Order: sequence, then structure tokens, then C-alpha cells
Amino acid sequence: MNQTIDTTTAGGSDPRPAGRAASEPRRWRLADYPSLLTVPAILLLIAAMAYPLLTIVLRSFSEPEWSLQNYVWFFSTPVNLTVLARTFSISAWVTIVCVIAAYPYAYLMTTVGPRMRLVLIMCVLVPFWVSGVVRTLAWVILLQDSGVINSTLKAIGFSSIRLIRTQTGVVIGMAQVLLPFMILPLYSVMRGIDLRLVQAARSLGARPALAFLQVYLPLSLPGVFAGAIIVFILSLGFYITPALLGGPRSTMLSTLVQSQVLSLLNWGRGGTMGVVLLVSTFVLLAVAAPLMRQRHKQASRS
Amino acid sequence: MSTSKTRERGAAIDIRDATKRYGKFTALDNVSLHIEPGEFMTLLGPSGSGKTTTLNVVAGFTDLTAGDLSVGGESIVGVPAHKRNIGVVFQHYALFPHMTVGKNVAYPLTLRGVEKGERERRVKAALDMVKMADFAHRYPSELSGGQQQRVALARAIVFDPPLLLMDEPLGALDKKLREWLQLEIKRIHRELGTTFVYVTHDQEEALVLSDRIAVFNQGRIEQIGTGRQLYDEPATLFVGKFIGESTTLRGKAETSGDETGLTIAGQKIVAKEKLAGGETPVILLRPEKLSLAAAKAPITNGQNSLAGQVSEAIYLGSGSKYQVVLRDGSIAVVRSSLEAKPFTIGDEVDLRWSVEDSKLLADDDRADMTLT
Ligand SMILES: Nc1ncnc2c1ncn2[C@@H]1O[C@H](COP(=O)(O)OP(=O)(O)OP(=O)(O)O)[C@@H](O)[C@H]1O
Ligand SMILES: [Mg+2]
Repeated sequence: MNQTIDTTTAGGSDPRPAGRAASEPRRWRLADYPSLLTVPAILLLIAAMAYPLLTIVLRSFSEPEWSLQNYVWFFSTPVNLTVLARTFSISAWVTIVCVIAAYPYAYLMTTVGPRMRLVLIMCVLVPFWVSGVVRTLAWVILLQDSGVINSTLKAIGFSSIRLIRTQTGVVIGMAQVLLPFMILPLYSVMRGIDLRLVQAARSLGARPALAFLQVYLPLSLPGVFAGAIIVFILSLGFYITPALLGGPRSTMLSTLVQSQVLSLLNWGRGGTMGVVLLVSTFVLLAVAAPLMRQRHKQASRS
Repeated sequence: MSTSKTRERGAAIDIRDATKRYGKFTALDNVSLHIEPGEFMTLLGPSGSGKTTTLNVVAGFTDLTAGDLSVGGESIVGVPAHKRNIGVVFQHYALFPHMTVGKNVAYPLTLRGVEKGERERRVKAALDMVKMADFAHRYPSELSGGQQQRVALARAIVFDPPLLLMDEPLGALDKKLREWLQLEIKRIHRELGTTFVYVTHDQEEALVLSDRIAVFNQGRIEQIGTGRQLYDEPATLFVGKFIGESTTLRGKAETSGDETGLTIAGQKIVAKEKLAGGETPVILLRPEKLSLAAAKAPITNGQNSLAGQVSEAIYLGSGSKYQVVLRDGSIAVVRSSLEAKPFTIGDEVDLRWSVEDSKLLADDDRADMTLT
């Protein structure tokens, strides 16, 4: 890595005899220390992430007094555990819905011409420009009992279904908000897959479906994993959508945190919930990591 | 394996009046090509001439707009690629990056339900044939380009297809490696007896490898023949210029009897041929048929002579190569043996050749397309 970034010839990593470099006083150059360029980002992360996080962890142990009281409370209160489990299951559903919806979309993006591709990318990105609250309110209009979906169902002779204030409604709303985070990494991986590999598989005797399953799908998995992890983790901490679209039976952990911290001013318990969520996420990532490690390099179209 | 037996493994190919259009653009224009079982046929032509299109049509990746295609006597128009049982080697290797070399080569056998023991035996045999048996556990990204292409070749022959298609398989490799792999491909063709159809735009490669060569230009086949036929008896000016080095002479033409005379910058030369009529004649000359003589040296009977000046003299070890600028400004390429009298740049010379060696062809502006 160093070699490629280092543009000076007499750099510190130069393997040649260092006679000249040693006798001359070396001028200090930024190019010799590329890692210095990350300092602003690191400072920002410390200020915006590390410090608050540390505070929260401390307060979960220290309020109202130093002990494990908050954790004992968390794990001995059934509703907390139910909500924690629900948070994970809703996130898992959102991830599954996103994968199913994003995969064909991202694939389409790789096959169409440049103009159509631009249109498709815009369709993904436009929702980013609209605030999450507005988008969620749009879903309220669509999903409510007298909303567009139910009146359409009734008009064509079906009975209406409950969507608003159900888990289904929450999953639908969250999946829509998070879809771009699935589509974009998937697209970037799929764009790198050489479609001629599928042609090669066909020439070797694979039916189109088999060629897809055995060649294209495995090569696209890194994108699926990357997108799934982003979507899943973002889902875990979702607040607005479950709060507006959900009911008491679809409360997620973030809503509990909110009521502990803002309504009950109990920073200790709120912090505890945050820490539990954080730790379980890390455990999950650690379990998923070996799945994603692949020995082969990404196929390229070169 | 006896020759007659191995020859049976190759399939004959018949392409009849094949036309492929993309919108208004005609990529293949009424192409007909018959390939004998076990033959090594090379499709040669400049970029965009329709070689890959032809190969894709045979492989089943592209449908014909019109025409017929049969392999082994049966029409395969409309048969999907995966049912054709044709091996394909691509320029870009197309190895599956998520499978080891062994898995890659085993893939077509797995698809055909070959049981494990037999599968391993055949994978080993195919990798042995391309001398890659020691690499079975590597991933494609851990191999060099030449190694990857050998694995791709093993994968394409492991299921014993009666026909193997190769689209510029050596195009991405350096010259040394290419020359060595050409010989390897030739050996494998001999050992397998499979019909090989090979695409290249490198005429030297075509000459090294092929039994016969089909020369493509602008979606049409200009000529089909052995390398020698194409070199000695080109059917069109394009073929004459595309295969090997050549000099073309243009001038005011007149026909008398069976001879055609051309007047170039006031000097008359003849060819013992004539054209059907209506076409503008051009004379094509091969460099080794030409010789140089000091200006105004006496001419023997039956020789043509044109005055010129040496503009380039290159010593090649086995002989010399000259460029001569003729009076009309055209440039002639001459190869002379070591015994011939040497000339240097600036020498006034006469370009000499036997009347029989004047190859008369119809002029054709399509022949002046960029040659690659
Ligand atoms: N899918 C397509 N749509 C439109 N035109 C195409 C398509 N595929 C090929 N062509 C055109 O058909 C012509 C023949 O292409 P082909 O790939 O057969 O050339 P080639 O002889 O293989 O050339 P090269 O040596 O560069 O590979 C080209 O002009 C190309 O632009
Ligand atoms: Mg091509």
C-alpha cells in the first residue's frame, strides 16, 4: 500500500542502500505520511461518536449508583426482552424484503443502457432528498384503514387488511426507506461481474437458471452481504418509521430508549438498552463475518 | 488412437447463407462456410469484420437473422447454447473466479452428471493435457494470464465436445507466450481430433495454426483456403494485402490477348492474366519474388522492370529487406537473399520480377481499410 501512495523516490520504505538519504537532511513531506490525512475524520469520530458513546456506557453503570442494577432490570423485565427480540426480527424482515426487492432492481441497472440506468439511479436516490418524516407520513396515507391500498382492495372486491399499526406496516415502511442502502452496494458489485462468465457457463452446458444460480449469484453475494449488513444495522436503530407506522405491538427498542430518556429522564436505563443493542449487533457481525470472507478476488470485466 | 478414429470425434460444420443484422447494420452478410470434421479452421480478418459474430452464432449466443447452421449434419438453428455441446474458449479466459481450477474444469462434467471417480480422472487428464495438473487447488486470480487460458482450454475440452471454438484466445498474452501456446494448441488439436474453429486477426498466427483459413472483411468471407493458397493465389486484393507483405501497382491498363499491360510513370509492365472486364486491374507482388538490379542493367527476357530509389535498407541476418520508392510515388517491398548484391539508401535501382509473378487482381477500395 505504502509503495503505491508514496510518490517520492527516496521515501523511508526505499529498499536501496540509504547512503544518500542518510547524509542529506530530509524535508518533511505529507506524502511520506499518508495516514495523517485521516486525522480530521478521526477527530470528528472521537467528538461525535466515541465521547457520547463512552458517556452512555458509563451512565448505564453509574446511574443512579455504581452497580449492574440497570442490566439486571433490563434482563428481568419481560417486555424489554420481547421488544429486543422484536427489534431483531423486524430488522431481519426488513433486510429480507430489501434483498428480494433490490436484487432484481440492481440487476436491471447493470443490463440497461446508460440513459435508462441514470433514470433507475435517480429513482433510487430521489427518496433520499425527501425527509424521512415526509416519506413515512406518505406511507401513513397509503397504509391507513381508509387509505389508498385498502380502498383499492375494497373496490376490486377484497376485504380490507390491517396495515397501519402492525408489524407488516412497519416492515413495509422501513424497507422502502432503507432500499437504497441495499440497491447501491448490490449494484456496485453486480456492475463488476463479468456477464460473459454466464455465457461461458451456458457453453459448458448450464441451463440459464443454473448458470445464474451457480455463477452469477455466488459472485453477487458480497454485494448482498454488504447491503444486508447496512440495512440490518440501520433497521435496529430505526425510530421515526416504527413510531409513526407502528402500534404498541410493533414497538422497537429505539422507542423504549426514547421513552426512558426523554419521558422518564432515566439515562441509566436508556443507556443500558443502547449498550445491549450495540453488543448484540457486534456479536451478530462476528458470527456473520466468516460468511463474507472469500478467497477469490472479485471478477472484473477488464 | 488411430488417425481415422480420432477424426471421427470431430464434427463437420456447415454454415449456409448466414446473415446477421443489428438494426440496419449487417454484421454478417450471406456467409457460407463448410468445415471438415477434425479440421483446424481459422477465421481471420480485421477488427469488426464479423469473426466473433460467426463464432457466437455457432456457439448459440447469437441468433441468425437468416440462413442455416448445422453441426455434425444436423441443423442447430434454435438449439439453446447449453444443449449444443460445443467447447468455447474466450479471449478473456472467463474462468469462474469463485471456483478453484479443479472445480472450474470439473464444472461441465458436474452438469452432465458424471460420477465423482470418473470426473476426477477426466479433470486430471484435461489438466495434464494443458500441463496445469499441479494447479488444481489454486483460484484463477492466483494464476498468470497464460496459465488461466490453459485452464480455460482444459475446461472447454474436458467434456469431449466434437467442436471447439476459440475467440482470440491468445490475444491478451505477450509474443513469446503466444508463440509457445500456439504450438501447444496445435499439439492438442492433433491429439484430440476435435474440429477447431479459431478466431484471430493475426495473420501469422493463422498461418502457424490452420489447416485452412477463412478471410473475413466487412461481414463477408473474401476467400477460404490454405495459407499457401491465400498467399500465392489471393482471390481479392484485400486477401493479397492482408496475408503477408505485398506491393501493389496501379497504372493505365490495356489488355492484349491473354496479357494485361500496365503503364506506370511511363514504363510498361505486364501480367500473364486478364480480368473478366469492367474492373480496374492492380498488380500484386510478393517481396521474395522481387529483386533489385543496378539502374539500367540489362533485362533478361520475360522480366518486368520499374525504376526507383532505395528508401530503406534493413539487414535481417537471413537476407535483406528494402523499401523502394517508384517513379509514381508508390512503395515496393523487396526481400533479397544474402547472395544478392547489397544496396544502400539513396541508390538508384531497377525493380525486377518475372512476368509470371505478376498477380493481377481487381482494384477494390475496401481493400484499403485499416489493416490490423
Ligand atoms: N450486439 C451488437 N449490436 C450491434 N452491433 C454489433 C453487436 N455485436 C457486434 N456488432 C457489430 O458487428 C460487427 C462485427 O463484430 P464482431 O464482434 O463479429 O467483429 P470481430 O471480427 O470479432 O472484430 P474484433 O477483431 O475486433 O473482435 C462490428 O462492427 C460490431 O460493431
Ligand atoms: Mg472479436
